[in-house]
Amino acid sequence: MRAPTAPVPSGERRREAVLDVLRGVLDPEVPALSVVDLGIVRDVELDAIGTPTVVVTPTYSGCPAVKVIEEAIVAALELHGFAGAHVRTVYAPAWTTDWMSAEGREKLRRYGIAPPTPRAADSELVPLLRREPRVECPFCGSTKTTTRSEFGSTACKALMYCDACRQPFELFKAI
Amino acid sequence: MSTDRGIDALDEPTRAAFFQYLLRLGDDRLVLGHRTSEWCGHAPILEEDIALANIALDLIGQANMLLELAGEVEAKGRSEDALAYFRDGIDFRNALMLELPRGDFAFTIVRQFLFSVFAFFQLEALQRSAHPELAGIAAKALKETRYHVRHAGEWVIKLGDGTDESRRRAQTALDDLWRYAGELFLGDAVDDAVAAAGLGPALASIEPQWRAQVADVIQRATLTLPKDGYVQRGGRTGRHTEHLGHMLSEMQIVARSHPGAQW
Repeated sequence: MRAPTAPVPSGERRREAVLDVLRGVLDPEVPALSVVDLGIVRDVELDAIGTPTVVVTPTYSGCPAVKVIEEAIVAALELHGFAGAHVRTVYAPAWTTDWMSAEGREKLRRYGIAPPTPRAADSELVPLLRREPRVECPFCGSTKTTTRSEFGSTACKALMYCDACRQPFELFKAI
Repeated sequence: MSTDRGIDALDEPTRAAFFQYLLRLGDDRLVLGHRTSEWCGHAPILEEDIALANIALDLIGQANMLLELAGEVEAKGRSEDALAYFRDGIDFRNALMLELPRGDFAFTIVRQFLFSVFAFFQLEALQRSAHPELAGIAAKALKETRYHVRHAGEWVIKLGDGTDESRRRAQTALDDLWRYAGELFLGDAVDDAVAAAGLGPALASIEPQWRAQVADVIQRATLTLPKDGYVQRGGRTGRHTEHLGHMLSEMQIVARSHPGAQW
């Protein structure tokens, strides 16, 4: 986390300062990523006296990290001189992995989780032969990988296996 | 999220019907989510244990959003927790199929499949609801439900086209569930009022899509689609099987023993 910043003027620079604090708030389940990298921070609103309201959207409906993230955001802002900050949750538009920053994708890979693939436009609901997405193993870089299960240790990840280095790994699944 | 403009525009009978409709949407997911969560630690293989727990979490998360909205529409100060934990069985509005005991793995999978396909087409249409917040929830839940349909559909094919044992169990589950599945499409005055106000789709518009998708997978699973016959009904008006009460006693006991508890 960064050192407390000096008071900043209102307006755009204040919003930017809030975002800067949020870049230090990490997802408790994927601590390689900040809430900004993840793309769940949708907006920062400032009221007349400059108190911020952070607008967030959950990754998955039942994501148990949502509450923890809200508390972490308020606590981090408090620590950096933004007292009384609020978090507002919105459901629309629905979060998509397309909102994850390029920097976030790279951080994920280095952390050992394959970043989300571009969303496939699969027209068939239950395909007979599913086309395996081309997923690079985050450890050896091979694309000889297979899906073990589309459900992993958290709602947002799938279980994968690398046939080249024989290492199981996780994929941040595209939604 | 502000919901005022959506709700205030509704006349009183429509608002009352919309509240019932949201309970049906929320209770379907709450009850099936709880049943699915019962597999945690009991599924046949580790990947399935994790998958079913994830699906249960998605369903309960969706129920959370829908019941929260239901509480706002009702405007009597009931939160999603009050609706989930402090209503008795007679006030639940889920379809009967979803409250039946989890049965064997085949029963769970076939039920998950029949419901997920229904949910998929229902949510797809609900994205166009005249109520902006419900449309937003539907768009979110639809993404999750696509995974649920694929998961259950692939398993139905594996079980049906698998061993003699898995095939027998899958066909038995399908036969047993068929007389309950019809309830999903038995509309009443609530559905009519909601459809007339543009808040939700007419059930008749979803049924052909559901039948086509179900028949396609059942055929690929080399299973036999049961004949339509008697349809067990009652869940939408609070007349439930004996199983719901037992399930609720387990689901609600902590909240009722310690009302208002915080941790």
